[in-house]
Order: sequence, then structure tokens, then C-alpha cells
Amino acid sequence: MECQECHQRPATLHFTQVINGHKKEVHVCEKCAYEQGYMSQNSESFSLPNLLSGLFNFDSYPMSQSKNQTSSYEAPPKLQCEKCGLTYDEFTKIGKFGCAKCYKTFGEKLNPIFRRVHSGNSVHDGKVPKRMGGDIHVRKQIEEQRQKLNHLIRSEEFEEAAKVRDQIRMLEKQMNSEQGDGDQ
Amino acid sequence: MSLQQFINEAISPWMQENGPDSDIVLSSRIRLARNFEQVPFPILANQEDLDHILDFFQQEYGQQSFGNYHQFELVRMNELQSIQKRVLVEKHLISPHLVEHSNHGAALISKNEQVSVMVNEEDHIRIQLYFPGFQLEKALKQASEFDDWLEEKINYAFDEDRGYLTSCPTNVGTGMRASVMMHLPALVMTQQINRMIPAINQLGLVVRGIYGEGSEALGNIFQISNQITLGKSETDIVEDLKSVVQQLIEQERNARKRIMDQSGVQLEDKIFRSYGILSNSRIIESKEASKCLSDVRLGIDLGYIQHIPKTILNELMILTQPGFLQQYAQKNLSPEERDVRRASLIRERLKLENNL
Ligand SMILES: [Zn+2]
Ligand SMILES: [Zn+2]
Repeated sequence: MECQECHQRPATLHFTQVINGHKKEVHVCEKCAYEQGYMSQNSESFSLPNLLSGLFNFDSYPMSQSKNQTSSYEAPPKLQCEKCGLTYDEFTKIGKFGCAKCYKTFGEKLNPIFRRVHSGNSVHDGKVPKRMGGDIHVRKQIEEQRQKLNHLIRSEEFEEAAKVRDQIRMLEKQMNSEQGDGDQ
Repeated sequence: MSLQQFINEAISPWMQENGPDSDIVLSSRIRLARNFEQVPFPILANQEDLDHILDFFQQEYGQQSFGNYHQFELVRMNELQSIQKRVLVEKHLISPHLVEHSNHGAALISKNEQVSVMVNEEDHIRIQLYFPGFQLEKALKQASEFDDWLEEKINYAFDEDRGYLTSCPTNVGTGMRASVMMHLPALVMTQQINRMIPAINQLGLVVRGIYGEGSEALGNIFQISNQITLGKSETDIVEDLKSVVQQLIEQERNARKRIMDQSGVQLEDKIFRSYGILSNSRIIESKEASKCLSDVRLGIDLGYIQHIPKTILNELMILTQPGFLQQYAQKNLSPEERDVRRASLIRERLKLENNL
């Protein structure tokens, strides 16, 4: 089995991760396990400067997803937040974001950092602000129900599946009406 | 000012209450980090933005009340003397970080000092809510309700995938740090704590001393808190912390029982010697004072000492910090002068109980 991160080396570490209550199988090589933050280091290497300097270094590795790009690696364009002006390099040095927009700007590059700091997690699974959250609450519920639906269909429990499908329709309706309210 | 008066002003009202399991858990705290969506984080915001946030807090929340928390007062850092700021730090109402970057910092504090919102710290908003004893769930519920109340007027920086956005990547997600302050003298005496700390770290929790520097935990007081804020819900984080704290409470109680059974007289002797030092010394450093206070508190919990209230440990650990000693003396003191003042304050305080 090949490593799911670099698709180059064989996967030597296999484990199950629980994210948002869903199990996800992870198969990675040792190098990626460390660099992509799947393996949480012990407390001594846990300090943020350590984490970030580690990341800073592997930025210079060819990290391409496909095999044929590795030979022609070029430095990526400079990443800079358009709202606060913080660059990705500066971020790795100070270990702090400059504004909310930085998160979107640095995007996927942050996943390994979050995984290392937060024991393999990179996606939020907690409170959603009441007013600001809008239809996120309902959308999350719908997503959960859809996964349940797929599962039921696969295991041919069609009666249950029909109930779940109805529930999803109800939630979708609710979402649409809430959007209506928001326009007033 | 009389000592009694000084104590009444110095010790937050909620601290004088006894919560559940208060023989071991001194207090529970929930901290939530939040930011304004449109303003750069304090580290990069310009002065106008930060002043604007302060004015906003004064206007919208100054003198307001929410639930049991009345008459919020916005205390601006640049209007305080350095001793006053130090006192707020020693009461855990603000962080040293807020003091160090104090030009645009403030704290919105409820009258009973159970809620303190730091404004323009590392994040724009840091809500802190305390409960006496072991009451993490209650603290979480009230902190979350308070958070909703603030959110009625603030657009928080929030992302569906990353959660509440914070200046430091270690806080993103829930933005929540849940913690308890525990008094663990028996686990220290039996050295069990040395084996337990690495095991607790493995569970994604952090153990550290509150007083003292480095690995030292003065007064045998430890803080246990969550490390992970992303990918776990607030309730799950609190549940996980709770179950570890529960086990620590049990272990500490067992260790106390064992020591009493196996070497009761020696323990009693140690406790009363410490009581003797506190009631009689003329010069005492904070390290010795906190060791003796921990012994006396253990003596109270085990029934050896009966005429002193439990809150004495928490109270005197705070009152004998440099900031408070200087405020009580109404002047700056050298470290040597502090050791003399500390000894006399503790003697006076113990005398108050004897006179009852
Ligand atoms: Zn790999
Ligand atoms: Zn930015």
C-alpha cells in the first residue's frame, strides 16, 4: 500500500483516526506521519516554535502530490494575507496569525500544523455561534443524516433509510425558510 | 485598613464559598478566546482599532448585568498603577500578558469577580469564568451562555471548518481552555505525582504548577487543563478533563488515607510544625510559606486542625504574593522587606481565627 500523503513511499504506519465522530483510516509513511502532523510528538517537542520550525524546513522539500512533478520543483509564490499583510514565512516565525483572513489565505498549508498541535485534528467539531452561525447548524445535521443514509442503503435497511431521507428533506426545508427569514 | 477589611477586598467573593470536592479541587475555570471578525488581531491591529474595541466594550457592557453577574466594570490597564495591575494578576483576573502589552488592554469584571473578560490581550476577547471547587460543567454552561450574550452584539471571527479563529494556532477551534486548580499534597509526598504527570500528558492534558516557576508547584497546587482545542467539542473536552480529575481526586484521597494509616503521628507532627512556623516566624520566604500553608490545609482537611477555615490556603497563597503585600503596606518593598511583611501578615491572619 502506498502512503496516502506523498504517494511515493510505502505506507508503514496504519491507524484509525476519529474525526467528528467518524472513523477514518490513515495509511502513511513514517516521514509523512511526522511532517504532516499525524504523529504527535512528546511534550518536549511540543512547543510551537519547534513545530513551526519543523514545518518551515520541510517547506523546502518537494511536496508534490504526483510523481512526475518532483524533478521540476519550484518555489511557490509568496503567500501573503491581503487584509493584514502577514506572510506565511512571518507566520512560521512568530507562530501567530495576524487576522481572521490569514486562515483562509494559508488554507490547506495549515493542516499539518493543526494536526500536530491538536492530536491529528484539523477540523472544528464544537460550538457554532448562535447569530453568526446562520444555517451551519442545520447543514451539519444534514451532512450527518446523509452519511447515515448512505450507510443504511449499503446495508440494505431500506425502511430506516426512507425515514432518514424524509428527515433530510425536512431539514432542507427548514434551512430554506431560515434563509428567507434572514432576508427580511 | 484593618486586615479583615483588606482580606474582604482582596479575596473574590466566589472564592470564599466551598464547592464540591473542595478538599482537593480549589477552583474550576473556563476560558474562551474570541475575536472580532473585521479587526486584525491585537498583535497587528492599529491603535485606533484597539481603542475602538475598548470604547465599544465600555458602551455596550459597562455597568450591565447578565444572570448572576452584576455591574460589569471596564478596567483600563493604562489607568492603573503597576501595583494595582499586579494585584489583578495575583487574583487571576488578568494575565501577565495583558499587563505587559497594557496600552490598549482592559478587563471587564463582574462585581463578584466570577467573570472577567480580558479585552485586547492576545485575542480581542478572552472570557474567563470561575467556580469554587469541582464544577466544570456548570462553568462551561454559564461561560457559553455569557458568550452568547456577548455575541448578540459582536460578529465573531468564525470559520465553519476551523471554528473560532484565534491569534495562536494552539487555541483555534473551540477557543476553550478548561482547567481545575488542585491541591495534591499526598501525591507529592508519596512521589506518585511524578509518574502520573507523564500519563496525563499522554491524554492531551497539561499539568503545571500555578505558583512558582518551571516544574515547581508551590503549595502543592497544580493546574490541569486541556491542550487540544480543535476537533473535539466543548462537552467532550470537559468530559475528558473531568474523568482525569476524578481519578486524581480518588488517588489523592487514597494516598492521604495510606499516609494517615501508616505514619499518622509523623504526619500530624509535620502538620503542627508547619502551623508552628506560620504562627511564629518573623521572616518567611514564599517557598517556605507555601509549603507550610499546604501542610496546614491538609491538616484541616484531615481533621487535625479544626478552628481554621479551609479557604486559608487559597487566601494566603494569594495575599502573600508580592503585589498584595505591597498593596497592604501601601508602598514598594524590597524582597527582604516582603519576607518580614509576609511573616507578620500570616501571623495576624491566624490570630484572627484564634480570637473567634
Ligand atoms: Zn509519505
Ligand atoms: Zn491576515
